[in-house]
Amino acid sequence: MCAVRGLTKTYPAARGRRGTPGTPEVRATDDVALDVRRGEIFGLLGPNGAGKSTLVRQLTGLMRPDHGTVEILGHDIVAHPERAARLLAYLGQEAGALDELTVSLAAETTGRLRGLDVARARAERDAVLEELGLTAIAGRALKKLSGGQRRLACFAAALVGERPLLVLDEPTTGMDPVARRAVWSAVDRRRAERGTTVLLVTHNVIEAETVLDRVAVLDGGRVIACDTPAGLKERVSGEVRVELVWRERAPLEVPEVAALRERAVESGRRWTLRLAPEEARAAVATVTGGAAFTALDDFTLATPSLEDVYLALGGAARQGLVKA
Amino acid sequence: MSVVPADLPATEAPAPPAAGPRDGAGRTAAAELCPRARLWPSLAAVYRAQLSRARVARIPLLFVATFQSVGIMIMMRGVVSGGGEAHFVVAGASIVVVAYVALNLLSQYFGQLRFSGGLDHYATLPVPPAAVVLGAAAAYASFTVPGTLVTAVFGCVLFGLPLANLWVLVAVIPLAGAALAGLGAACGLLAPRPELATLLGQLGMSAALLLGVLPPDRMPGIVRLARDLLPSTYGVEAYARTFAERPDWTYVAVDMAVCAGVGVVSLAVATWAYRRAAVR
Repeated sequence: MCAVRGLTKTYPAARGRRGTPGTPEVRATDDVALDVRRGEIFGLLGPNGAGKSTLVRQLTGLMRPDHGTVEILGHDIVAHPERAARLLAYLGQEAGALDELTVSLAAETTGRLRGLDVARARAERDAVLEELGLTAIAGRALKKLSGGQRRLACFAAALVGERPLLVLDEPTTGMDPVARRAVWSAVDRRRAERGTTVLLVTHNVIEAETVLDRVAVLDGGRVIACDTPAGLKERVSGEVRVELVWRERAPLEVPEVAALRERAVESGRRWTLRLAPEEARAAVATVTGGAAFTALDDFTLATPSLEDVYLALGGAARQGLVKA
Repeated sequence: MSVVPADLPATEAPAPPAAGPRDGAGRTAAAELCPRARLWPSLAAVYRAQLSRARVARIPLLFVATFQSVGIMIMMRGVVSGGGEAHFVVAGASIVVVAYVALNLLSQYFGQLRFSGGLDHYATLPVPPAAVVLGAAAAYASFTVPGTLVTAVFGCVLFGLPLANLWVLVAVIPLAGAALAGLGAACGLLAPRPELATLLGQLGMSAALLLGVLPPDRMPGIVRLARDLLPSTYGVEAYARTFAERPDWTYVAVDMAVCAGVGVVSLAVATWAYRRAAVR
């Protein structure tokens, strides 16, 4: 369906202007290889700056790679970037081109620019707006809508004029749960009825775990792992995540707490620890009794998430993946 | 090297529907491409979408453009008494409306679209680049019609000029509009930074204002040369000539042909610039 080999893109070093330092050369994607199969929801997961969007821009023909090949449904996208538009629908992060249009006109115009005639574009527009629950706000300009509604309207535009591959760059940013559900059920319906393939960019761990069939974890422009979410989590199944939130400060006078500190990732009053199950049990026993308990505000004990996988694989960013 | 398993066991991944047809070499045979959008229907779609933006965002700016031109004429009324010089003031002030919208606003629009990532939307649709550029240019040229007409009628009444040949604006607005819109779009798409796109648009507008409204007889040689290089000048000249008692229509036609020629070239440059900006 979509095969990527050795994809590399380096942004050249920028010379500093007066008062601002220059930026060094950045390798945004580094020898990336991926295989997306037909009909699957394939995810690219990573923190900001991991190279997800740069990778997607190369897959959609918006950016030329320095090296490597991209093949979508048998077409060479590096040699013929203009063919990408005839194979896939892309939902980018920006809505600049549609901002001042009404929801209805944005969807209709996009359909017409995907080669539909007027009658077909209007019929598909009406069907998609109805499906996503946007009919009531069809006459309002995108820029007058809330962030989540605007995002949903852009998603609607991406669906008008069917394509075998949907490339969605953080489609649900800012959406409420109702809108998110509308997005995923629209995706599922297309997959079941037409075998549509979805390439999804996300930094949301929960979303990645619930909707993706397979996920490639990106860090510093490289794919550090690629598997099903369950397969990835198995790699760290021997660990439990313990989160401790202290009322004011950690009671370091308790020796067990002081010992835990060495293994904790601190973020203000919050400590995150990744421990073996028996260590976790001991830690919880320590903090739920005696002097430590009076200083404790809250604690959670959880099985590992994709975020733990990311950190266990050596992901450089300590924070950056969203857990919501 | 990235760590990517080439193929997972079937139990790990949900069974994907049957893969596409395969050729002898085991590679997936190229799938059929979805149809391309054709030039005229997509141009019409872009035009309609852009025109609808006018309702939301552009009407206040049209008022500004018109009031600005009307104000200039009232100011010039104190300097220019009438006759040949008045022709240039009225024609120049009318074309300034076109320059303001087609050159200045379009350059800003494309500059901002390019830097906000909005061009990605068009670049990932199978639409001919010319349809996007021409559709936007045509829409911005259309925004100028009411302002130009109001300015022209007001100017004719103010300076006591005949209204009989006002119909020539039907040709002058689209031709001058095409030349200036093409220039504006090219500036917006080629400028390395959005502020520069705005600056270029403003400069072009100021040039059209100063060189179009002031009668050319009083200008020094070098300024007159600059005036001859500005495409809006030919629109101004074509329109100004029609105020004469017996207009020389050949010259009017030549002036408009220059506008049309510049329009074709500048729109072609803008289309090229769009392609360049779309794939980086």
